Amino acid sequence: MSTADARAVPSTDGLLPQQRSAPPGAPLPAARRAEHSRPTVRSHPVTARRVLVSEWVKFRSLRSTAWTLLSAVLLMIGIGWLAGWGSNDSWSDLSPQEQATFSPVDITLAGYYLAQLAVSVLGVLLVTGEYATGMVRATFAAVPRRLPVLCAKAVLFAGVTFVSMLAAAVVSFAGGQQLLDEHGIGFGDVGVVRGIVGAAGYLTAVAVLAVALGFVIRSTAGGVATMCGLLLVAPTLGLLLPKGWQEHLLPYLPSNAGAAVFSPHPSADSLSAAGGSVTLGIWLLLALAGAVLSLTRRDV
Amino acid sequence: MINAEHLTKTYGTKVAVDDLSFTVQPGQVTGFLGPNGAGKSTTMRMILGLDAPTSGSVTVAGLPYREHPQPLKVVGALLEARAIHTSRSAYNHLLALAATHGISATRVHQVIDQVGLTEVAGKRAGGFSLGMGQRLGIATALLADPDTLILDEPVNGLDPEGIRWIRDLLRGFAAEGRTVLVSSHLMSEMALTAEHVLVLGRGRLLADLPMSALLAQAASDVVLVRTPAADKLAQALTAIGATVSRTEVDALEVTGPTAGRIGDLARDLRISIHGLVPKHVSLEEAFMDMTRDDVEFHASASHPEDVDGSPAPVGAGSTA
Repeated sequence: MSTADARAVPSTDGLLPQQRSAPPGAPLPAARRAEHSRPTVRSHPVTARRVLVSEWVKFRSLRSTAWTLLSAVLLMIGIGWLAGWGSNDSWSDLSPQEQATFSPVDITLAGYYLAQLAVSVLGVLLVTGEYATGMVRATFAAVPRRLPVLCAKAVLFAGVTFVSMLAAAVVSFAGGQQLLDEHGIGFGDVGVVRGIVGAAGYLTAVAVLAVALGFVIRSTAGGVATMCGLLLVAPTLGLLLPKGWQEHLLPYLPSNAGAAVFSPHPSADSLSAAGGSVTLGIWLLLALAGAVLSLTRRDV
Repeated sequence: MINAEHLTKTYGTKVAVDDLSFTVQPGQVTGFLGPNGAGKSTTMRMILGLDAPTSGSVTVAGLPYREHPQPLKVVGALLEARAIHTSRSAYNHLLALAATHGISATRVHQVIDQVGLTEVAGKRAGGFSLGMGQRLGIATALLADPDTLILDEPVNGLDPEGIRWIRDLLRGFAAEGRTVLVSSHLMSEMALTAEHVLVLGRGRLLADLPMSALLAQAASDVVLVRTPAADKLAQALTAIGATVSRTEVDALEVTGPTAGRIGDLARDLRISIHGLVPKHVSLEEAFMDMTRDDVEFHASASHPEDVDGSPAPVGAGSTA
């Protein structure tokens, strides 16, 4: 119903509010004029669902969002197909041992490694873009309790990431197996569903981690650098540590914990799939707790 | 109605807002005056719950802003720094904010029309001029048709037509019994818009009074006199109790008697007068006097000591 319709319909006692409150004999035309100059604007209490709709409008109305998401999808598929084709092409160069431990699932999902970067950048940007432009003041003026905004952004971006990365992983796997030719496997084989759903799940965890860190760090450069450091640099730098330390620290990094979830052939000192899931969950809880603290304790 | 009680905000050792208590009444435009850095914007952010007070509290319509179920319905705000994502269109910006309160797209189009941005509603806000950005900010404030408007420097970047539009808008809002708090460092603009003023200097409340009282404070009782017989006239004026200072060889600044009285006196003494002008103290000057040293408001305009500090008091100047 439009606002004009709403005005035209009298309330149950047949009187407009102005008529009811006006003293008898008060000039009605003036009251009518006032009513016309101030049309009733229908608004409703802020709810989690409404904040989610608002975040969806924001998400879909930035061109950079679509491009970054598309790049994550293309990286996932492109690298998976490239790895499938390359592995098949150079199969005869592999040692017998390499051929024995070759994982057709891992190789066609290898794109996750770069896709997680695009997802990180997008997740951080969804938050820090608001801080950089000042939009965040408008956002928190509309939702002054603030935490619904964290929830909405995290839920929305987790959903978008899971759906798009699951689709990308399926396409990457299917095409990659075709390119692997006789070395390829099918969807029904052991570890395939776990690999595909697990990779999408891991990227979803990365998405939430990025959104939460965005609220903690607030700057795009800082947020992206932190995500890269955590996901890419830390696992590599960790290899410089003494062997005894490595096995106690490295499996608990988010990237390695994630790999433990979806890779059928994880590295030797990897956690179990359940252990990896719990570890990822703890990382998420820590980051979200940091975001909650930042939102409730700090000024905008 | 906005009610602040002992509102204080410190950043490290710097006190931005210092024990501020005031009430903004509905039904009139209240001006928030002060030089840059006086704490106007910080106070406005605290009203909106964007900054938390170090101590004290502020409520809008009886509740802290964040506790209202429909905050945009309670307060529409335009903050000084732009609060718009530069890559998003004006329409989508408003639509996203409207969505938090379940406000229709029809209303979004309505406020875009109202502020005159219809033709550029689909363009990125980042490409907007200062004035267009300001209009979009005002559209944001009007979105939920709020009972209170808080506008930080709304006329910044607007052309004369836009400034007049804002003035009419604010007056119209107040006339409907709503609350309007508008900040400015432009005293002259305030004088045309506000009916009540809160003057801030270095975070402290220097004055809380009707605009008419502020204008009366600013009205000057100084008369500038130009005469070739400055010494003689100065002595005669001093004799009747005026405070006189000499600004040039043939010019006096006289505090006390009216221009008419000075003219009559000169005629009686057969002194020719080449100029006789009541000094116009501009609102800007009055305002700057008020806020210059963070002094208490009453110390500035009404005490003659200030005038005594001027160069060449008559006793020394005329006899030397």
